[in-house]
Amino acid sequence: MNGNNKKLKVSARVRKINLTNALAHRVLLIFAIFSILTTIAIVVSLFSNSLGFFSKVSVKEFLTGKTWTPLFHEPKFGVLPLVAGTLLITVGAAFISIPVGLCSAIYLSEYANPKVRKVLKPALEILAGIPSIVYGYFALTSITPVLQRFIPSTQIFNALSGSIAVGIMTIPLVSSLSEDALRAVPDSLRHGSYALGSTKMETSLKVVVPAAISGISASFVLAISRAIGETMIVTIASGARPQFTFNPLESVQTMTAFIVQASQGDNPHGTVGFYALFAVGLLLFLITLVMNIFSHLIVTKYRREY
Amino acid sequence: MNRSEKSNISSRKLKDKIFHIFIGVVTCIAIVVLLWLFYDIFKNGLKWLSIRFLLSYPSRFPSKAGVVTGLVGSFYVIGLTVLFSLPVGLGTAIYLEEYAKDNKFTRFIKINISNLAGTPSIVYGLLGLALFVNALGLKRSILSGALTMSLVILPIVIVSSQEAIKAVPQFLRHGSYAVGATKWQTIRKIVIPTALPGILTGIILSISRALGETAPLVMVGAFASSWALPKSIMDTFSALPVLIYDWTGRPQADFKGVAAAAIIVLLGMLLIINSVAIIIRNKFQRSID
Repeated sequence: MNGNNKKLKVSARVRKINLTNALAHRVLLIFAIFSILTTIAIVVSLFSNSLGFFSKVSVKEFLTGKTWTPLFHEPKFGVLPLVAGTLLITVGAAFISIPVGLCSAIYLSEYANPKVRKVLKPALEILAGIPSIVYGYFALTSITPVLQRFIPSTQIFNALSGSIAVGIMTIPLVSSLSEDALRAVPDSLRHGSYALGSTKMETSLKVVVPAAISGISASFVLAISRAIGETMIVTIASGARPQFTFNPLESVQTMTAFIVQASQGDNPHGTVGFYALFAVGLLLFLITLVMNIFSHLIVTKYRREY
Repeated sequence: MNRSEKSNISSRKLKDKIFHIFIGVVTCIAIVVLLWLFYDIFKNGLKWLSIRFLLSYPSRFPSKAGVVTGLVGSFYVIGLTVLFSLPVGLGTAIYLEEYAKDNKFTRFIKINISNLAGTPSIVYGLLGLALFVNALGLKRSILSGALTMSLVILPIVIVSSQEAIKAVPQFLRHGSYAVGATKWQTIRKIVIPTALPGILTGIILSISRALGETAPLVMVGAFASSWALPKSIMDTFSALPVLIYDWTGRPQADFKGVAAAAIIVLLGMLLIINSVAIIIRNKFQRSID
């Protein structure tokens, strides 16, 4: 009797254990699907709110218009000035982050002795950990005055200062991802190159960098994509004047800066000005999505296994 | 060896030396900029920093302004953000590492997560504005801010938890199965406790990311001139980086100093948070030996 009872209890426990085991799998799957739902929510919210915008403004006018004056009595919604602002910032930032980041990566991976590495690597990590709002402050109060001293025609809010700060912020992204790629190149390739009489520089530039080129170019694409989406630095330092210019000393407005500025202004829910936020956001999302997929393809398609 | 060969070798060696010095100097540029940034911020902000500054409300007068609403707002938002993103992020990581088979669906989830990680935070801000603030009617509240922020840091939580779970040696799982444990028992009693320090480190690092994020909070309506501390999660709120943004944008020079002081507070908090992460990481490394 007693033994039977125990058996029943045990079998009930086993049943419970097996049930939670089966349930856990399903619950965890739901969590995993949650990330897909997030993407769907982003796409749906951007598209559905953009519809309100594109019912008033044609897609062609939006994508090819050269005037962006959403607050005027007769507003014009040509997105090109915002795209030009973003492009100006992004190109300027890439001119800093790509060469400096790549040099740092080669130095840390091929040249630096462990002691130097131990100092430089955490310093780069600190640079990566500083919030973009702090870089924005730095661009406005430190970089711009220096620029104005050397180039007096520089405006207080200018594209150059913002792009320098964005460039500095994305250096660690390029350097750490590229360094990972360089370190993944096996030593046998380096030894082969040395055996042929190459110097360290020749080995680094002609053997190691080409062997790691997929990882390195993916890091470039990611840095550019980050620069396109960077918001606070350009909102603070590069101004709020949407103009179709490629002069880096002038005030511009990027897509991201417009979104922040317009969300703070008085654009009541339901007006074209409100929906314009989402149209610009949709364009921004699509651009960064394409770049992210592109960098993913570079890594998966062109990676050489050693 | 004739003369020209010799000069070829020495010029190549010289080039190598110059290259070495050049890339070393370029790497140091980043460090110099870092020092310049810290120097300027401390120079501008240190004289505005005081206990009074930490405990005061925002003000029209730079000498009376303080960050208390920002500290409390950030505290609420981050607390809720961890509460929301931890179970979902950890759950996803466990699913991907322990259950998922290598098929199209799994690969899709993984690509999707890396895309989410690369999506600009301002886009999450737009999502928050459309979904939480407007469609779900949560208004410009702490809850809207925290839900939005949870989505921003979710990819970081997932990826760091995945790394931590991957690092759990396979033999521990086998040992657990060998004594008759089910998969879930193995995960709950062996895998998660072993991976916990790594998971915690990841959570802490994502907290430090969330602490400095400004754009999504501005989008869902965190505002600087909030005169009262929030009483519930449905109240309007302020946040530390939003105060910095507001003060930086003001024309008066003194407010730049106040902004720098708030930046020092923010950097100080980040320093503390990251130190905790390093301490946990070191303890973990010791316990494996």
